[in-house]
Amino acid sequence: MLGYALDRLLTLVPTLLAASLLVFLFVRLIPGDPAAILLGDAATPEQVAALTRELGLDQPLWKQYFLWLGNILEGDFGTSIFFGKPVLAVIADSAETSILLAVTTMGWIVLIGVPIGILAAVRQGSWIDQATSGLAMLMASVPTFWLGLYFILVFAVGLGWFPSSGFPSITGEGGLLNLRYLVLPSLTLAAPNAALIIRLVRASMLDVSREDHVRTARAKGLHPLRVAIKHIFRNALIAVAGAFGFTFAALVSEAVVTETVFSLPGVGRLVVQSILRRDYPVIQGVILIVVVFYMFVNLLVDLAYARLDPRVSLK
Amino acid sequence: MALLEVRDLGLAIAAGGRLLPVVRGISFAVEENETLGIVGESGCGKSLTALAIMGLLEDTAIRITGGSIRFEGRELLTMAPAERRALMGNRMAIVFQEPMTSLNPVYRVGDQIVEVLRQHRDLSTSEARERTLRLLEMVQVPEPEQRVHSYPHQLSGGQRQRVMIAMAIACDPRLLIADEPTTALDVTVQKEILELLQDLQKRMGSAIVLISHDLGVIAETCDRVAVMYRGTIVEEATAGELFANVAHPYTRGLLASIPPADRDVEWLEAIPGRVPAVDQEIPGCAFHPRCPFVRDLCRTARPEGRDFAPGHSIRCHFPREWRT
Ligand SMILES: Nc1ncnc2c1ncn2[C@@H]1O[C@H](COP(=O)(O)OP(=O)(O)OP(=O)(O)O)[C@@H](O)[C@H]1O
Ligand code: SF4
Ligand SMILES: [Mg+2]
Repeated sequence: MLGYALDRLLTLVPTLLAASLLVFLFVRLIPGDPAAILLGDAATPEQVAALTRELGLDQPLWKQYFLWLGNILEGDFGTSIFFGKPVLAVIADSAETSILLAVTTMGWIVLIGVPIGILAAVRQGSWIDQATSGLAMLMASVPTFWLGLYFILVFAVGLGWFPSSGFPSITGEGGLLNLRYLVLPSLTLAAPNAALIIRLVRASMLDVSREDHVRTARAKGLHPLRVAIKHIFRNALIAVAGAFGFTFAALVSEAVVTETVFSLPGVGRLVVQSILRRDYPVIQGVILIVVVFYMFVNLLVDLAYARLDPRVSLK
Repeated sequence: MALLEVRDLGLAIAAGGRLLPVVRGISFAVEENETLGIVGESGCGKSLTALAIMGLLEDTAIRITGGSIRFEGRELLTMAPAERRALMGNRMAIVFQEPMTSLNPVYRVGDQIVEVLRQHRDLSTSEARERTLRLLEMVQVPEPEQRVHSYPHQLSGGQRQRVMIAMAIACDPRLLIADEPTTALDVTVQKEILELLQDLQKRMGSAIVLISHDLGVIAETCDRVAVMYRGTIVEEATAGELFANVAHPYTRGLLASIPPADRDVEWLEAIPGRVPAVDQEIPGCAFHPRCPFVRDLCRTARPEGRDFAPGHSIRCHFPREWRT
């Protein structure tokens, strides 16, 4: 399995090179001149030209690209035009929020999606099934920003249970208790994804329950719940595992709206603001890291398949 | 008291608010230690009968419309689910028609046998593992120590069916239902599996219901034979009596068409036509559209069951017509 993982990582190299080129070109397509934006309206053309030269933006594109790529290979993602700090440091500042948000969100998705999905499948056709499918429909169709605002209104402003905005680091004052800042955002972000998992778990379980081996399990005299979990769900998990992976990966982009609604200092917001500031190095750095993250999640999903399904061999 | 007594069992498919009868009031009994063969063409309701006895029709489109199934003197159809589960895989067990798909693909075969042992016997995991090894030896799986760790996809069809048999006999069932256990397998393997079943029966003293669409298989293995046609038992006798004294035109057709051993025959050339579709109503004798000896009475009056000879019952207005 380790050998397979290393092989896979090697095949990522050309993909990453292609991705880096696309990212680099894409960022240059955003209209607007970073130097002019940084200096503001009052700047003279001479000042703008001087800054452009200082930032290296007067060089030919291919030169800029190879310079950037060469530095990355040495672990240097460049310097943020806006913050004047190394890009990696800028990203690290917002990474904590994003990682914790993604992890708590995944927690909710599993905690809500899996048991409700199992329940709906086991009680197929009953009022429970209908109620959960209605709930899933609702969760999937309410727009994220609307749900976020609604949560703020009810649980933060109204009931005062949770804070409504910001996220102080868990390393600072308050420690792990600061995670309560993430409760409403993560629930907001989890809702549509949990709805997807509910439906997927239900549908795959119903598929599996028609398979012959489930009849064998029943013929053993096992309790229906044991049949449902150990035999049906365990097989349905093979189909669901992929969805967990892709959901997790997609959270990165879905988080942008949530981070905005809850004023969270996350990566999503960093990207949006960096685009507004034409902070090329930061945009490039973030996107490249996100691409690596996607590929990594993809690899994890494949490894998970192999663990879950003995018929899959890693080759 | 017979070990298993099926009385007037009726099964129907629920489809579009209607109930289409598939098993139309069948009755038979299985004594301790006996092998009963149930034979009939594809679709006549053999598997559904087996599933009804095992209690595996829940969550399907099949409804039990009437009758009774008594096992060891107790009525199964009104039994509490938990009580019934205590019998399933324990006092009664089944081997299915589909060895390739009947094992759970994600668990090692050894663990799947251990599971049924632990369900019904108060065994520690290591005791159950020990017994699993002995069961695999009994069903003649080569290298059981290695095979317990195999996943189903790593085994051949014959080996999977052996594992299914090991699982079925794990708790020493009094009744073993074998639903076409060899239909999906190679001819050579078929023979081995049938011999294995006979051998096991001798050793364990359990009763077997062997379902097949092949009278040849039944002839070699069974004490008594029930011939099914379109959800009805049309002839029943001890194997010796039946083969010496065939009385029903359908059984005669089956006999004439015992397939050459190397072919899996879906329909039988000696009997013209095919089994009519489930939703087709046939007045009179259900076999009359295909019967070479059909007369007017057959088209209107459904034949009742009656004794043709002692211990030999039949459902036909004009049995053994071919003699005259
Ligand atoms: N779950 C189901 N839903 C609807 N119809 C069914 C179902 N199971 C079986 N049937 C139908 O009921 C009839 C009897 O089926 P059954 O499986 O008992 O036949 P069989 O005698 O075992 O045939 P074979 O030799 O092919 O196994 C068939 O016409 C079949 O199509
Ligand atoms: S009752 Fe008539 S049609 Fe039916 S099997 Fe007997 S002879 Fe043939
Ligand atoms: Mg069948």
